[in-house]
Amino acid sequence: MTPKDEQELAECVKDSSGTGRKLRIRGGGTRLALGNAVSYDDTISMDGFSGVSLYEPGALTLVAGAGTPLSEITETLRKSGQQLPFEPMDHRTLLNSVGEPTIGGVVACNISGPRRIQAGGCRDSLIGVRFVNGQGEAIKNGGRVMKNVTGYDLVKLMAGSFGSLGILTEVAFKVLPIPEVQSTITLHRADINTAVNAMSAALGSPFDVTGAAYLPAIKGADSKTVLRIEGFAKSVKYRADKLAEKVSGFGEVSIVRNDHDIWADIKNVKRLSGNSDAIWRVSVKPSDAPAFCAKLTQSCASAEMQLDWGGGLIWVRVPNDFDLRQSLNVAGHATIIRGDGFAAFHPQPSVLAKIEQRLRDKFDPVGVLNPGIMG
Amino acid sequence: MEMPIPSEMVLSRKSDIVARLRTVLPDDAVISEPSQTQAYECDALTAYRCAPMAVVLPRNTQQVSEVLRICSGLNVPVVPRGSGTSLAGGALPTADCVVLGVARMNGVLETNYDDRYIRVQSGRTNLSVTGAVEQNDFFYAPDPSSQLACAIAGNVAMNSGGAHCLKYGVTTNNLLGVTMVMMDGEIVEIGGSHLDASGLDLLGVICGSEGQLGVVTEATLRILHKPEGARPVLIGFDSNEVAGACVSDIIKAGVLPVAIEFMDRPCIEAVEDFAKAGYPDAEAVLIIEVEGSEAEITEQLEKITAIATRHNPVELRESKSSEESAAIWAGRKAAFGAMGRIADYMCLDGTIPVSELPLVLRRIGELSKQYGLKVANVFHAGDGNMHPLILFDANKPGDLELCEFMGADILKLCVEVGGCLTGEHGVGVEKRDLMMTQYNIADIETQLHVKDVFDPAWLLNAAKVFPLSTTKSRRAS
Repeated sequence: MTPKDEQELAECVKDSSGTGRKLRIRGGGTRLALGNAVSYDDTISMDGFSGVSLYEPGALTLVAGAGTPLSEITETLRKSGQQLPFEPMDHRTLLNSVGEPTIGGVVACNISGPRRIQAGGCRDSLIGVRFVNGQGEAIKNGGRVMKNVTGYDLVKLMAGSFGSLGILTEVAFKVLPIPEVQSTITLHRADINTAVNAMSAALGSPFDVTGAAYLPAIKGADSKTVLRIEGFAKSVKYRADKLAEKVSGFGEVSIVRNDHDIWADIKNVKRLSGNSDAIWRVSVKPSDAPAFCAKLTQSCASAEMQLDWGGGLIWVRVPNDFDLRQSLNVAGHATIIRGDGFAAFHPQPSVLAKIEQRLRDKFDPVGVLNPGIMG
Repeated sequence: MEMPIPSEMVLSRKSDIVARLRTVLPDDAVISEPSQTQAYECDALTAYRCAPMAVVLPRNTQQVSEVLRICSGLNVPVVPRGSGTSLAGGALPTADCVVLGVARMNGVLETNYDDRYIRVQSGRTNLSVTGAVEQNDFFYAPDPSSQLACAIAGNVAMNSGGAHCLKYGVTTNNLLGVTMVMMDGEIVEIGGSHLDASGLDLLGVICGSEGQLGVVTEATLRILHKPEGARPVLIGFDSNEVAGACVSDIIKAGVLPVAIEFMDRPCIEAVEDFAKAGYPDAEAVLIIEVEGSEAEITEQLEKITAIATRHNPVELRESKSSEESAAIWAGRKAAFGAMGRIADYMCLDGTIPVSELPLVLRRIGELSKQYGLKVANVFHAGDGNMHPLILFDANKPGDLELCEFMGADILKLCVEVGGCLTGEHGVGVEKRDLMMTQYNIADIETQLHVKDVFDPAWLLNAAKVFPLSTTKSRRAS
C-alpha cells in the first residue's frame, strides 16, 4: 500500500487495526534488516510522503515528509551551507542493501554518526514529529521551534521506536552550518588503552572535538586513532595544532586537512563490511572499552573492531553463531546490526521491558505496527 | 484558576498518613504543622498559593521509595518539588497532597572526567553542579537564569534551558541517565553513563514530564571542558525589525554564537535606570557572545560585526576587557530584577520561529496598547525563545486577571505563527488551560497514555500540564 497523504494512511491503519492485518513500514528499504524480523501481512510504503515542506536557513529549521530521500534533504541544506548535525550513517555498506535512505527511516532507527559526541544524536536535533498511531489517528508532537517544553516530549520517544509506536509522516529538525574546513589529527600505532586515553584527553580539552575514533591494526596497516576538528579556517588551524601538541604525548602524530573520506568510512563502518559475518553495535562508557575489547578478543580470536565516540561506541564483527552479549563484562548494551542468530536488541531489565510493552499497547493496542521489531 | 477539589477522604486521614510517613523518615523530615507547611504553599509563580497537607524531605532514593509506597497505598496525591523556582506553578501543592521536597538530597555521587559525566542527587542546585567540577575547568552547560537556586530535579522535570543553549542544548541534550522512583515505590534506572540507552527513549520522555511520571532522585549529567575564553559584543539598532534581520543574517552566515540575547526599548530603559549598564539609546539591543581562544573570538567577532555593520547599528560595542564584558552582561542579567523594581510582572516564555520576530513584536506592542499594560521584551533570539514581561499592579483589583488574559493572547499568537506556548519554563498550572491551542484532543490523549503507563492511579502532580477537563475521569478513578 502506498498512501498518498496522512488521511489515506490513517484509513489504511484504521482498516488494519479493525481486521488485525499486520503492517510493515517501509521507507527507502535500506535498513529493513535492523531490528527483529517483523511478521506482517501488508507493507506500507512511505513514498507518498516525500518533499521538504519548510526550510528556513535563518532559523536553522527544516521540515520534511518522512518519505523524503535523505539525499534530497542533504542537497537542500547544502545549498544554504547547512547540514543535519548528527551525521547519520548510511547502512547500505554494512547491510549490502539497495535503495535511497529516507529521513523517516533515519528517525525511526535514531541513526547518528561520529559527530554524535559533540552535536548530539538524531533524537537531539529532532524538534517535531507527526505520526499515525496504531488506531489510525494522526498525532503531532513538538513543532518547528528548537526550544519547546509544551507537554511531554514524544518527539524523543518516537526517535528510535522503529515504527512500533506510530508511522512517522513528517519530521522537523534543528540544522547547523556546514563547517568551513575540518582537520584530522592522527595518532599512529597506539594500542587500545593508549588510544582511549588519548581520545578522552582530546574530548576533555577545550578544542571542541567533533570526531574521535580508533581503527585497530589490521593486516598490512598500523592502528590509527583519529580526532576531528571543524569550523572556520583560522580557528581549526589553531585548535588542530593545539590538540596535536596535547596528543603527541601519546605517540607519533600527524595532521591532514579535509580528509572527508576517512570520516565517511568510519561513519559507515566500511572496514567491517567485508564478509557476511555478524555485525554488533556495542554502547559502553568510553573508559570501559579496553576491558570489554580484551575480553572479547579472548573469547573470540577472530573478532574485529572499530571504536567511535571516543570508545563509547564499539562496532564488532564476529561469526554469526557467537553470542557477543556473553562477553559484555561492563555496563552497556549490544545490538545486532547484521545477522540473525540472536535477539536484535539487548534484553531490558524487566521493569523497563514492562513499561515499554505498556507504551506499545497504548500507542498500538491491536499490535499492527511492525509487530515484534523491538521484541 | 481552577484546581481539583481536595479529597475529603485523604484530608480526614491526615494524622494516620503523617504517622505512617514518620515510620520511614526521621521526625524532622516530616512537616505537618500548618504554620510550617505554609512555607511550601507556592513556587515562583506566587500568584497562586495552597498549603499542602504535609511535606516530606527525604535524604535518599530508598526513603523516597518508602514515602511513595505509603502514599500510593493510601491513595494520597504527591507533588514533587525541587527548589521551588518554577515560574509555571509546577510545584504548586493541592490541599490534600504530600509535597516531596528533594532539597536535602544534594550530594555528588560520582565525578568522572575521562568519560565526562557527573552523577548527583537531584536536589543539588544547577550552579553547584558546575561548582563541583570547575576546579578541573569543567562545567555543566544548561544555565537557567535561576541557576543559583534551581535544582537539577526541577531542571529535569521542566527540561530547562538557558542563555547558552543555542550551542550547548537544553537539559535533555545533556542528561545521560536518571534513577527514578515510580509512584508505586519501585526504583528504576533509566539510561546510564553511556550515550543512547537501549530500547525506547524513556529518558527523553521523562525529561520535561513535569514530575508526573516519577520522582527523579539521581541524575547523570554530561560535563564539558570550559572554552578558553568568551567575549560579548553589544549592538544597538533603531528598530526591532532590523535587529531581528541581523540575527537571521548572522545565523545564515554560518556563525554559531553561544548566546544571542535581545532586549527591546522598554527593557533597555528599565535596565538602565536600575543597573546603569551604559546601554545605548536604541529601540533594540543584541548581546552576542562567542567562545574560544583569543584568535577564534576575534575571527568570529569580525564576521559578526561585518554583518551587523551592514544593518547600520546605532552602536556597536565590542568588549575589550573582562570588566567591559561584565558590564555588557550586567544589564541583561539584571533585567528581571529591574522589572520587579518598577512593577509586578508576569514572565512568559513562548517560542516562535525566528523569522516571525518582527511580526510578533509588533503584535505584542498592539496588545500592550489594547490592554493598557506595559510589556518589556528580553529573550534568547537565536532560538526564538521569547520572554515578554507584562507589567501590572498586583494591588489593583482586576489587574492580574487582565495581565493573564493578555498573556494568553500573546501565547496564542506564538502558536499561531508556528511556535509554542513554552520554550523552557514548562506548562505547570500557568499554561495548562492553553494546551488545546497547540494540541488537539488526540494529541493530548496520546500524552495522557504515557502518564497512564507510569502512574496509572494519577497521583503524581496530577493537576498540572493538561486541562483539568481532559484528565478528570482519570484523576477520579
